[in-house]
Formats: sequence, C-alpha cells, structure tokens
Amino acid sequence: MPFMQNLSNAVVLAGTYILMAAGLTMVYGVLKVLHIAHAAVYTIGAFIGLLVFTWAGNFWLALAVAMLVSGIVGVLIYRCTYHYMLDAPRTVPLIASIGLFVMLTDLLQKGFLMGPYQKALPAGGAGLPRIQTSWFSLTPKQVLILVVTVALLAVVYLILTRTRIGLGWQAAAMDRDMAAAVGVNLNRVIAFNFFLGSALAGAAGVLVGVYNNSVFATMGDLPSYKAFIIIVLGGMGSLPGTIIASLLLALVENFLVASVGYVLPRDAIAFLVLILMLMFRPHGLLGQE
Amino acid sequence: MFSGYIISVAIFVGIWVTLALSLNILTGYAGQVSLGHAAFFGIGAYTSAILSLKYGLPFWVDFLGAIIVTGLIGMVLGLPSLRVRHDFLVLATMGINFVVVAVFKYVDFFGGAMGLINIPAPSILGYSFRGGFPYLALVWAFATFTWLVSWYVSKTWVGLAFHTVRIDEEAAAAVGVSVPRFKIYAFAISSALAGGAGCLYGHFIGSLFPDTFVFVESIVVLSMVIFGGVGTLRGPVLGAIILKAAPELLRFVQDYRFTIYGALLVLMMLFQPMGLIGDDSLLWRSLTHLFRREGVGEVDS
Repeated sequence: MPFMQNLSNAVVLAGTYILMAAGLTMVYGVLKVLHIAHAAVYTIGAFIGLLVFTWAGNFWLALAVAMLVSGIVGVLIYRCTYHYMLDAPRTVPLIASIGLFVMLTDLLQKGFLMGPYQKALPAGGAGLPRIQTSWFSLTPKQVLILVVTVALLAVVYLILTRTRIGLGWQAAAMDRDMAAAVGVNLNRVIAFNFFLGSALAGAAGVLVGVYNNSVFATMGDLPSYKAFIIIVLGGMGSLPGTIIASLLLALVENFLVASVGYVLPRDAIAFLVLILMLMFRPHGLLGQE
Repeated sequence: MFSGYIISVAIFVGIWVTLALSLNILTGYAGQVSLGHAAFFGIGAYTSAILSLKYGLPFWVDFLGAIIVTGLIGMVLGLPSLRVRHDFLVLATMGINFVVVAVFKYVDFFGGAMGLINIPAPSILGYSFRGGFPYLALVWAFATFTWLVSWYVSKTWVGLAFHTVRIDEEAAAAVGVSVPRFKIYAFAISSALAGGAGCLYGHFIGSLFPDTFVFVESIVVLSMVIFGGVGTLRGPVLGAIILKAAPELLRFVQDYRFTIYGALLVLMMLFQPMGLIGDDSLLWRSLTHLFRREGVGEVDS
C-alpha cells in the first residue's frame, strides 16, 4: 500500500525533525532567542557519534556519548555568550548566534576536525529487526529512528512535567522574571534547558548520520533551516506545536513534493512556504496572538 | 608603485565598503537586521550582466538599470518586514536569499549553475577599461556617493523617521511616522545601492556564478557593519576595509576567514555591541576624548 508506506516514511522523517526542532523551541520558549548555532550542535553530535562508533563499534554507546557531549557544548554556548546578553536588545544575542553558527561550521570543516569530505557511519539498524506488515514495511534503520525518538520524547515529557527543574522550565517559559521572583533558579533552569535541547539535537545528528550513512561538516545547515520553519509553523516556543508541525512538514514533503514535482528545488519551496507563513500566519498554525 | 594586485584589492574593498554602507542604512538606521543583503548584491550583478549580454546595452544604462531594478525588487522583498520583526525578519531575509540564489541557479535565463560569462568591460567613448586606476576611481566614486546618501539620510528628517522606527515602532506610529512606508523606503534605498555595487562587481570580474551570492556573504557584510560600528557613517567603512583587505593580504586570515568573522561577531556582541568605533564604544570615546580641546565641557545628550 503506497499510502501507508508514504505515511510511515513521513513519520520516521518527522522523528528527526522533532528532535532537531525541540531544542530550538525550548531555547526560544525561555530566552526568546533564535538559536541559529543549534545547527552546529547537531553536526557536533553526529561527529562525536562517528568518532565513538569507529572506536568502540557500539551504536548505543556512540549515541549516549554524542548526546552528552552535545549537551555540554550547548551549556558552554549558553554560559559563554547568551548568559551575558539576557537583558540586551534582542538583536544582540541574535547576531551573536549568527556569529557562533558561522564560526563553528567553518571550524568543523577544517582538516583537524571533520575535514571537507563526507564520512560513512555504518551502524546499520543497531541490531533492530525489520518490521513487515501487509500495510507497510520499516527498515531496521527506520525502526531505530522511531524507537529512539519516541523514547527520548517520553523522557523529555516526564522531565518537563514530573521533575522540579522541568516545572521550573515551564514557569520560566511563561514569564522569566515572575518565575525568578517565586524562587525558580533561572541559571540552573536555562542551563538545563540548553543541555536537554542540545542533547536532543546531538541525537538527531547521530540518527541522521546513521540513516544516510554519511556525516559531514555542513550536514546541519538544511535541517536547521527546516527546524526554523517548524518552530514558526508550530507557534514559537510550544513543544506540542513543534511535534505537530514536524509531522506536517514531513507529510507535505513526502506526499505533495514527491508526487507533484517542482520547478525550484525542494528547499527553495520550503523557504517560500516559510516567507508566506511569516507574512500571513506569523503566530504559527496553532499559536494565538 | 601600485601593482595590479593592490589595485584589485582596493577595488574589492571599495565594492564591499558600498555594500556595508548600504546595509547600514537598513540595519543601522532603520533597525531591520537583514541576512539577505547578498541577494540584492546578486540581483544588481545579474541585472546589469543580462542587460549588457542579452540586450547589448552600454555600461551606464546597465548601471542605472541595476540600481533601479534592484531597488524595486528590494521594495517588494521588504514586504515581510511589515509583518515580522527581529528574529523572524532575519529568518525571512535568509529565506529570500536562498530563494534568489535558487532562481539564479535553476532558471536557464540566468545562466543556471554555469553562471554568466564574458560580461564586457565598461567603455566610455570607445575607451574600455577593466581594472586599473579608472575602474578604481569609478568604484570609489560610487562608494563616496553611497556615503553621501547615508550622510543625507542620517542628517535629515528621513533619518529621524528611521530612528524612531528603530527605537519604538508604536511610538513612531503615535507621533505620525508611517512605519510601513519608512521600512519600505529603507529596503528600497539599501537594496538599490547594493544593486549598484553588484553591477560594478559583475563588470569587474567578467563572470557571475550563483554561489557568490549565498547567504554566508550576507553574514560577511553584516559582520563588517557590526564590527565597525552599526548606525554610524564611519563604522561600516572601517569594518569593510579591515575585513575585506585582511583576508586578501594575509594568508592565515584567508584560511580561517569565516571562523574569524563569526568570532568577531560574538566578541563584539559580548564586549562592544556598538562596534569598534561606534558611538559610545571604548575606542571612539577615548579618541574623541583625546582630540577634545581643553576647556570645552562635556557634551552629553
């Protein structure tokens, strides 16, 4: 059944989008900063995953280390830059994040880090089985993405709703100053927010690296632009909105673009959609004024 | 004692000084941060190249055509700024840059990925010149013109209107400044001047490729404005001279060009958000202090 097959492919694609966009949404929710350097964190995650996988040969270890390192990189980015710009005009952290993005992407392309070439990440499906039904079939790699995404989202959901720091995050996302006034440790909450969001981006980097069996220095560019589209669609700063928007974008890509064909390349169309969205529904499909 | 190489570098610096000054009108005066300036640079370059290659028009017509066409397109592409601000305007302009480059790359009329080649050198009264002192003079004359436009904008009521739009849109509207109109003006002036720079670039290089105008180049121009001092007449000039000449003259800087641009943006935002010689920056304050005559009191606003 091509319809069901398209649908399941779209859901798998959406998984990687969600992981990428969730971090951006979380940062935007609390800091109101468009964290453009998030793309670099995603690439760093994939790179660390590649290093650990070639060294140890174990996918799960590679994923864990990649998430940890990306999380730490995220916290460092916050502590070294945005931390000092919380009260500055909004263009200040914005320009800093553009600078960080250019700097990290350029550094990653140098020979002593990733170099300018694509590298293979042959983890296969990490031993997961192929799922074959009469409706659709999922390759082991797709199963892997689905399992990891759902597991990570469940963990994030539990953290944000059941733990002290998660509740602090929710309060800070509503009103930063008010949350601080009622005793939320903003420094810890924001640092944690960066850790979690960046770890998710790192996981997305590893998963996409495994899925395409390739890791390269500019692999973060395209997913991050799509992540911008997703957080605009989802109404900035809302996690459920992000999930729905990821699914929507993946569905549109799989059904519409793949079947209709196009004059301009796919990504240019995605940007046209973004510009039109910004002009006519700047608060997202679900967001309110 | 001036070799051809030094003159080429000086021509490039002049073109980028023009770009930085023109972006400064939009970002510095009117407060609209744009990551799409390279798109307007490209539209100017492609317009003039097509006018001269496909229609055989003389250089001066191409030049004016590039300025007018880019200005008009800038007005249209500035429309998103009426709906979105700050971060999301940055996204929209970035998107515009991608779409424009995609059009250059995938539409055959614009030469596709192979670009446009054999753009003729400009000629006046049968004397054609590419490079050398005449071209240098032409480029810097246009840079001076751009500076004069910036000066005019900053000293007149247009500048005051831009200023209010930058500081507080609601307040600007309340005192009778039409915010949408001045935003569109800013986009039109800024992109028209960038289009002129694009024409000068295309006729100097002689060939155009879509990849020259990608969004990273927009970041380069933005870095020049921010590094020098956003919203001043001197800052973008100094920023463009330093950031364009350094990679040409120093090998190390060329290899790590984007690392350095990026790091500069971050460092300036951390320590000197007003830029190297912007108003209220450390260097500018000590410089003005140095040259202030004894007995003249502090002039604070």
